[in-house]
Amino acid sequence: MTDTLLEIDRLSVDYETARGDLKALRDISFDVRKGEIVGIVGESGCGKSTLISSILRLTAPNTRFRQGEVRFKGQDLLQLPERQMRNLRGADISIVFQDPMQTHNPVLSIGQQMVDIQHRSKASKAEKRARAAKMLGAVGIPDPEARLAQFPHEFSGGMRQRIAIAMALMSEPDLLIADEPTTALDATLEVQIIERLQELQQEFNCAILFISHHLGVIAELCDRVVVMYAGAVVESGDVREIFHDPKHPYTRRLIDCDPGHIKERARVLPTIPGEVPDLANLPGGCIFRDRCDQAMPRCASHVPPLIQLKDGHHAACWLNHKEAAE
Amino acid sequence: MAKSRTELGQIVTGVARDPLGLMGLIIVGTIVFCAIFAYWIVPFDPVGMNIKDRLQGPSWTHLLGTDQLGRDTFSRVIAGGQVALQVALPAVFGAMAIGLTLGMIAGYGPKWLDNLLMLFFDTIRSFPTVMFALAVVALVGPSLQTVVFVVMATSIPTYGRVARTQTLTLRNSEFILAERSMGASMTRILGVHMLPNIVGVLAVLAAMDIPTVIALEAGLSFLGLGVKPPTPSWGALLKDGYSLIRQTPWLVVGGGLPIILATLGFTFLGESLRDVVDPKLRKQR
Repeated sequence: MTDTLLEIDRLSVDYETARGDLKALRDISFDVRKGEIVGIVGESGCGKSTLISSILRLTAPNTRFRQGEVRFKGQDLLQLPERQMRNLRGADISIVFQDPMQTHNPVLSIGQQMVDIQHRSKASKAEKRARAAKMLGAVGIPDPEARLAQFPHEFSGGMRQRIAIAMALMSEPDLLIADEPTTALDATLEVQIIERLQELQQEFNCAILFISHHLGVIAELCDRVVVMYAGAVVESGDVREIFHDPKHPYTRRLIDCDPGHIKERARVLPTIPGEVPDLANLPGGCIFRDRCDQAMPRCASHVPPLIQLKDGHHAACWLNHKEAAE
Repeated sequence: MAKSRTELGQIVTGVARDPLGLMGLIIVGTIVFCAIFAYWIVPFDPVGMNIKDRLQGPSWTHLLGTDQLGRDTFSRVIAGGQVALQVALPAVFGAMAIGLTLGMIAGYGPKWLDNLLMLFFDTIRSFPTVMFALAVVALVGPSLQTVVFVVMATSIPTYGRVARTQTLTLRNSEFILAERSMGASMTRILGVHMLPNIVGVLAVLAAMDIPTVIALEAGLSFLGLGVKPPTPSWGALLKDGYSLIRQTPWLVVGGGLPIILATLGFTFLGESLRDVVDPKLRKQR
């Protein structure tokens, strides 16, 4: 597996709180290959953000890594000294955040900021500015030279997000993490950003870890998808396969709830009844049991393991075990 | 640095466009001009005595009259402005620089350091300024440097607290997280990204603090704790005028008016500066 770029291996992360340890991530395993787009989907609070901050090691002070490894090009990032980790951030691994209105320094011009993030480069200031302008052009900002002198508030949300993408790609990273980059934008802009990301991904040949709760976007953009629920991976595999033949009830319900999938006029949009279990006080057995319409007695007592069903398609549900279903 | 010059030009034009700002600019400009060129402006030696012409009212020779030793009040007002700025500027900029550094360290550093610095700030603040000044003057004797030191020491906490609060707010803002995730070091985050966000606020605070400091220097000189006579100071003028008010009202006018004007001028300038400098407010104009 030489083409594996990022490998998350049995990662468990807790948050220490006054109520006890919050088990934010449990036994997460998946990998991202070079030049591939992997989507992570799941509802709010399922651990997507914890996962990203764990990869970049920018976690809150009360975070405890309980087990597992985050291997980037074979190197365990969790063991790396802070200085080396800092050299990876923004160089080999870049990130685009959710809210473009918040991710730029309000008092520095876009040009100043884009020159500043090239602080590792030995190039002259004029060269850095030229490169910044070129990157702005690449993400489709018209008249990039003049726009470098402008401040973030002079750009629209969609433009700011494209600037954020330009900044993230400036160092030609091997891995781009996109943390719900389109959630704060309206639908037409969302399409633009997605198309732009696709083009740039081709051009720079970087892998993208795309976090979203919008299934349509994931289906459009990604090669593979990881479905997370309450801090655990419930299903992962090829996008087409998962969307056409989901093997976990949660994935199936999630697809049913996507407004894009609803063919008839509905007065009430479908939802998954129930709530995500309390992460500080997890019930035994399957975590989705309480909300699952196909729960069996076995689900209450035994945690279903994530098993390989087909090549590259994993799911964690007892329904896929013949002996358990009986 | 052609770029920053145009930025400064923009700020000045912005301030001048606001009527109050323009007024502040004119008053402050006049005070600064008089302070710099005091040597050439004064018609008489500000410390030269002439007992024959003591306690005179305004005339063409003595624009604001003379004091009990026959010194020309107008000359003393001009020279007093020089003293006022000599105290106010180093004290305010010194306090701002130290307060900014300590405040940013408190806001960004570990919790124990924050607590320690806050304890330091609170300790300084708990001293009444005048009592603190009395103690220092008793120790080292009254002089210009003593006043500068007292004023600086007592205003450090103000700047420190504001810088700390700003740093704490910025520290959790998404763009700082974005910078960290793009591999910026702590010094880069503090120096390149936080400093420009904080310095504008502090500059405005400083502009508004200058009149307080001028008044404080006048107050200390009024109590005889400031500059040593015969050095002219607005506070000293006011003190002399206070005891001689039955003989001539002009000393009080000469000492009081410049204090009032300086306070108004710097405050107008400070407020106008705040509106112009802050890019978040600039957008709404």
